[in-house]
This record gives sequence, C-alpha cells and structure tokens, in this order.
Amino acid sequence: MRGGKLMSLLYTKEQKELIALVKEMAENEIKPYIQELDEKGECPREMFKCSFDMGLHMLEIPKSYGGTGLSYETTAMIFEELAKVDAGYAVTFVTTFVALRNVILSGTPEQGKYFADVIGKGNFASFALTEPNAGSDPAAIRGTAVKDGDEYILNASKTFITNGALASLFVGFFKTDPEAGHNGISTFIIDADTPGITIGKHEDKMGLRLSNTTDVIFEDVRVPASNMLGKDGGGFKLALNALNLSRAFVATLAVGIMQRALDESIKYAKERKQFGKPIIKFQMVQQMLADMAIKIEASRVLVNNTMRLMDNGNLVRKEGAITKTFVSDCAQEVTSNAVQIFGGYGYSKEYPVEKLMRDCKVFQIFEGTNQIQRMTIAGVLEREYK
Amino acid sequence: MNIVVCVKQVPDTTEIKIDPVKNTLIRKGVPSILNPFDKNALEQALKLKDRYGGRVTVISMGPDHAKEVLREALSMGADKAYLVTDRAFGGSDTYATSYILSKVIEKLGSFDFVLVGKQAIDGDTGQTGSSIAEHLGISRLSYVLDIEISESKCIVKRQVEEGIEVVETKLPVLCTLTKESNKPRYATIRGKIDSLKAEIEEIHLTDVPDIDTTKIGLNGSPTRVKATFTPKRQSSGEIMEAVNPEKTAKVLVGKLVESKLL
Repeated sequence: MRGGKLMSLLYTKEQKELIALVKEMAENEIKPYIQELDEKGECPREMFKCSFDMGLHMLEIPKSYGGTGLSYETTAMIFEELAKVDAGYAVTFVTTFVALRNVILSGTPEQGKYFADVIGKGNFASFALTEPNAGSDPAAIRGTAVKDGDEYILNASKTFITNGALASLFVGFFKTDPEAGHNGISTFIIDADTPGITIGKHEDKMGLRLSNTTDVIFEDVRVPASNMLGKDGGGFKLALNALNLSRAFVATLAVGIMQRALDESIKYAKERKQFGKPIIKFQMVQQMLADMAIKIEASRVLVNNTMRLMDNGNLVRKEGAITKTFVSDCAQEVTSNAVQIFGGYGYSKEYPVEKLMRDCKVFQIFEGTNQIQRMTIAGVLEREYK
Repeated sequence: MNIVVCVKQVPDTTEIKIDPVKNTLIRKGVPSILNPFDKNALEQALKLKDRYGGRVTVISMGPDHAKEVLREALSMGADKAYLVTDRAFGGSDTYATSYILSKVIEKLGSFDFVLVGKQAIDGDTGQTGSSIAEHLGISRLSYVLDIEISESKCIVKRQVEEGIEVVETKLPVLCTLTKESNKPRYATIRGKIDSLKAEIEEIHLTDVPDIDTTKIGLNGSPTRVKATFTPKRQSSGEIMEAVNPEKTAKVLVGKLVESKLL
C-alpha cells in the first residue's frame, strides 16, 4: 500500500478492501480541497456528495432500517482512513451516528425507522446537549420542554453544536422537570425545519475547521409528544449510554490524524537533508519517529479492542473513557513532534502538519474533557474494587 | 435493455518498476487492476442503466484470479458477472479471444450494447473489442464519448481528430470507450461488501458447444510472438535556452529544416 503500511491489526479481506476504497475516494475527491477549506473554515454541502454516493452515511444504520449495518470495528477503520485526509470532514459523519445511536439504543422501532429514512436520503443529524453554562456538567442545562396536550414546547439555547447548520434532525436534551437535576432531563427528536429553530453563529475554530459548529436556539418549538426518546426524565442516562459508545469513535479519528502526521514526517525526514544526509539518519529524529509509531500502534489497538467490546454489546463506560483519553493525549505529542521534525516549515501553513496539531487539540476537550474522563475512569475503578 | 461489458485484468503499469540491471520490467509483486478503459466502458453501461433501465452483464476471459476485476465491476453496480475460463482458451491471441468472447455473448442471449475499452493497457493492441463486433456481425463505433437513446433512435457521440462526431446507429452495436468518455464511479460500501460474497459463474468450453475449436487457444491463434524486448532509448532531444526568443526561433527552424522535418 502506497504512503504508509497498514499495521497492528489483523484486517479481514473485506476490511482491507473497504479501507482501500475509502482511501482512494478521499485522496482524489476530498484531499485536493482541504487546505482551502481549512483556511475558509467551512465545508460546502457539495463536498459531501462523494461520501453520500459511497454510502458513508449508512454504515452504522442497522440492516433492518435499510442501512449497511457494519460492525463498530469496521466502521471505525473506515473513519480512521477518512480522518487521515481530514478529521473535521469525518466528524460530520461521526456526529450523525452519535445522534443515531441515541435513537437506536433508546427509541422505538418507528423512531428508528424515521431517523434512518431521513439520514438514508443523504442527510446529517446533530446531537444537541451542551449549553453555555452546561458543558462538563450536563445536569445544569436550562433548556425546557413543557407538555401542552399532545405536544411539547421546547425552549433552549444550545451551543457548540456540531452539524448545527447542516443537520436535518436534532437529538436534543431539555428539562421536563427543571427541579429534578439529572433525572429531569428528557430527549427529543426534532426536525430541523420545525418553526422556532434558529441556527446561530458558526464558530471560528482553531482546528477541525471543516466541521460545522454553531449555536442552535429553540424558541417555542412544538414537537409531537411521540418524538420523545425513551422515558420522561431518562435523558441523562440515555445520553451517557450513547456517549460511552462515541468516545472510541472520537479516538479513531485521532488515530487517523496521528497516522497522517507520521506518514508526512517520514516522507519529509527522508527528503530533507542537513549536514549532507537525510535527517531520518539522525538518532534524535529516529527517536521521535519511533515514539510516534509506538503511540499510534498502541492507540489503534486500544481503539480496535474497545470497538470489538462494543460489537459484543458491552457498555464500555470505562474502556471508552480510557481509549479517548489515552489516544487524544498521545495525539498532542505525535502531532507536535511532526511539526518539530518539519522544523520551521512545520510551523508554516504551506506544509500539512501544523493543521494536524490544530485539529487534534479538541480531542482532549470534546465528548467530555479528559479531566472528566479520568473522573469517570476513577469512579468505575472505585466501584469495581468494592 | 441488455448491456454486455467485456473487461480485462491487467498489471497496474503505474506500479511497474524497471530492473536496473537487466533493464526489463519487474512483473513480480505488481498489483493487477481492472483495465482503466474497460472501467470507462462499464461506467457508460451503468449510465445507460441509470437513465433507461436494463441489465449490465460483465464478462472477462482469463484465469481464476481475473474474478477480482469482475468483483470490482459488481461493486460498481454491474448486475451479473461471468468468467470465461478453460485450458483450451489459454494462449489465445486477439483473434481467438474476440472469437471466443463473441460466442459467449451470443450464448448469453439477446443484447443491445456490447461496450469495451478502446484497448488494454498491457498489450495495447486495441484489436479485441472491434474484432468481437466482426465476429458478431454487428456495427462498431470506436472512441465513443456518450450514448443517448431518444424515440427509439440511438445517438452516439464519437471523438474524432477534427472534433466530435454525432452519429445515429441501429442496435445492437459495439462501442469502444476511452478515458475522455467519462469519470468512472466509485464502488459503494454496500456494493463492495456484496461483491466479495457474490458467486461468479464460470463459462467453460463445454458451455459453448457450437464453438469452432480450430479457432481457439494457442493453436487457433494466427499471431505468433517471436520476441519481446525493451527498445533502446533514442537520443534525448536538445534543450535550447530562449534568452533571445527571435534568435532561438531561427536556430530552431534551421535545425528542423536540417533534419528534414520542415
């Protein structure tokens, strides 16, 4: 395989072929535009056509709802490949699946089918939980859902919503009982064209600049009561269950970013000559490259194991948190050292590695900060040793 | 509408390296691919199917591993694939190959189009496709850019040296397609998964009973390859610095006249 070998995992023939297919498409159809789109901080809808045509939006939709019903394991491999070209682009699809998982795990078959049908037509979905004062502490959300006959009236100001302006469907979190803390949160499926929804400003972000991130304002938005996902007051648990499954997916994108960083670094270290020889011949550069490879291999194996646990029905509360934390922490060092190997050129936007450093920072922050992840891990450990 | 596409498995010439000592092609470890021009033919077939409905059948003649390219064709959207394979077919030249393929196409039933790439990137003869039309006794249009059907008329755009030629043809017809014809689609994820599990039917000599066995295989092939060699590289041109373009132009014309090129 050109430009970096597949390592670590015992890929099946099917997995190898799917990875090769996505690689070819992403390198030909997406990669040439990345630098410009990163600069602009947006990704127009037409750019996603090639991925919709290939069916990347269908990977995780169960076969019973007309999807591909791919395993989490294989889906992750495909997204790692996409993330090598651009993680922000990949996040746009991964976020749809974050929203989808809530519906598949906790929704009725009718809700699942409705959701899958909308996505299947070539649309995105979004997961709307965070509010300005409720980030790591989702119980603090202030958005409300008030029952009115057969409907709920939703009011909230959501922020940092991935796919905010792209989504056709939201999975949104609101308090049906503002006094009840965790147990007062309920979840709803909301059509994006429902009157009362306003898409706010698009964040001018440090990295993942192809990913759409906006405020989403819900103002007296009326949804049928049948759009509630799971039980009244069950939203917090539902969100946690879905987010547990999302953490390793976030990590797989960081593995893609790291692998790209290593691919670029090795290529450059072989070309760049100083003191009369390629810099890859210097031990200190070799050590950096070897350490990058070690961290990437370990990360990929960790992601793969968590995915396989998920495929076997495990909740991976601890494992998902460990995976996301370890991998995103590794990614900081790996991408920073890629810039180091490129030297002054690495700091320039003309070369591809500074973007990788910008792109990977948020992986320590979103889907629960790494500090929160460590609290989760410690909490599970404490319970396990009771 | 029934569309037959003939495809060939070829070595990926972009991956071929030259042995620096023997100065020959290193074939070992070179990946095999679906002949790129055949991919254009398949894309044209799939476009016809998208527009007018119908069924796309892909056939390839070759050893068992040629099933790989048939699977690729299935993953892009072809409906059915056959591998034409038999020891008796081995060693066939373009004449014998086109004869065998024409017999197989006849056996598969009625068809409206036979679509092929203009040539294969390994042999580069460009003969097999057109010869199939001869054996079948149908019209042939080469360098086809696009095919349209309106009011039961088939309108074909061809690339010719002077520009684009628009012709009307009756069906069935064989068309050869080229790189400029279209941009082949990618397989879908679903298509790729299904293609890996698909059963690819084999067609052997015994399945084509009316074939004239004196026209197939090594013995049925009029062409004999006497030798293959890498041609010596001719002297490599001259680069002229155009500091004074007017003067350089005069020198250039002088040299062209001298070489009897003008």
